[in-house]
Amino acid sequence: MRLILISSLVLAGCSHSEGPAPATPVPMAAAAAPASAQAPLAAFETVRAVLQDPRCQNCHPAIDQPLQTDQGFVHAMNVQRGPTGHGLPGAECSACHGKANAPDSYGPHQPPGVATDWHLPPPEMKMVFVGRSSRELCEQLKDPQRNGHKDMAGLLQHVSSDPLVLWGWSPGFGRRPVSVPHAEFVAAFKRWSDAGAPCPQ
Amino acid sequence: MKLLVNGREREVDAPSDMPLLWVLRDVLGYTGTKFGCGMAQCGACTVHLDGKAVRACSTPVAAVGSRAVTTIEGLSSDGSHPVQRAWAEVDVVQCGYCQPGQIMTAAALLTTNPKPTDADIDAALSGNICRCGAYQRIRAAVHRAAELKGGA
Repeated sequence: MRLILISSLVLAGCSHSEGPAPATPVPMAAAAAPASAQAPLAAFETVRAVLQDPRCQNCHPAIDQPLQTDQGFVHAMNVQRGPTGHGLPGAECSACHGKANAPDSYGPHQPPGVATDWHLPPPEMKMVFVGRSSRELCEQLKDPQRNGHKDMAGLLQHVSSDPLVLWGWSPGFGRRPVSVPHAEFVAAFKRWSDAGAPCPQ
Repeated sequence: MKLLVNGREREVDAPSDMPLLWVLRDVLGYTGTKFGCGMAQCGACTVHLDGKAVRACSTPVAAVGSRAVTTIEGLSSDGSHPVQRAWAEVDVVQCGYCQPGQIMTAAALLTTNPKPTDADIDAALSGNICRCGAYQRIRAAVHRAAELKGGA
């Protein structure tokens, strides 16, 4: 089922001249499948799976503390969102999270880092991913008042190239990357947005 | 590479991925900063980079760049920093191993928040673990340091 879904997303990417080339051969069975009216919703399901992957949703919590690990434990050390999403005085995210992941030679359990600074969404726009239904997440994602003031083009650029988003696929030594490949995620996002960004009912 | 440590520019011959903590302790001889866990989970290695608390154990030295490094030795030349005075007055220290890190975080906190509440102090210092459990005295000393700093 998963192979078919992935393959159909690759096909979806092929239907747009500006879309990325498929990275893998398309199985004949999938190539023969008819285009479905459900395809944009299936594409959004791929987007949802990425947004609610621990690598992404751990810093989009429903509480004012970040989460950690694949289990989503509340971040150790009583770390807080703080007034700007960058932690509290004396316990800013930057106390432990630098401008890049630690070298692999440092071993596992090192705090990850990113060039654009580790942070949570600010308290006035929390962009919660944790616990949202597909529909809730979809509606929130499309709403500039709740998504960081982005239109669809801005969102596509964000998911394509924002360093903090890309970190999910390069999370540092010993940490599992987002399960869906990044190119597949972007292709699914584009497929969904090109179809008018419909939301599941 | 060049490093600005405690107000002095130092030429350091070290691999770029060497942790700042190793450079400070083993290359430059600033042994006041302690090794605890090596993964930014205990706070013993806390120093300042441009006045902000940072864990030196998980910071590659090449990532420091032009930022000014301050260790416990550089907080004052004679132990007269308000946090150091408060620490002595309240007699915070038991074994002492975590205290350089505790003091550096407390000093960074007071720079940004000169009158912290108990909750502010707890939040700021929760990443600095004290195996002796001196937390009550640490909190009291941060309040006292705030008074000393305000009155200085």
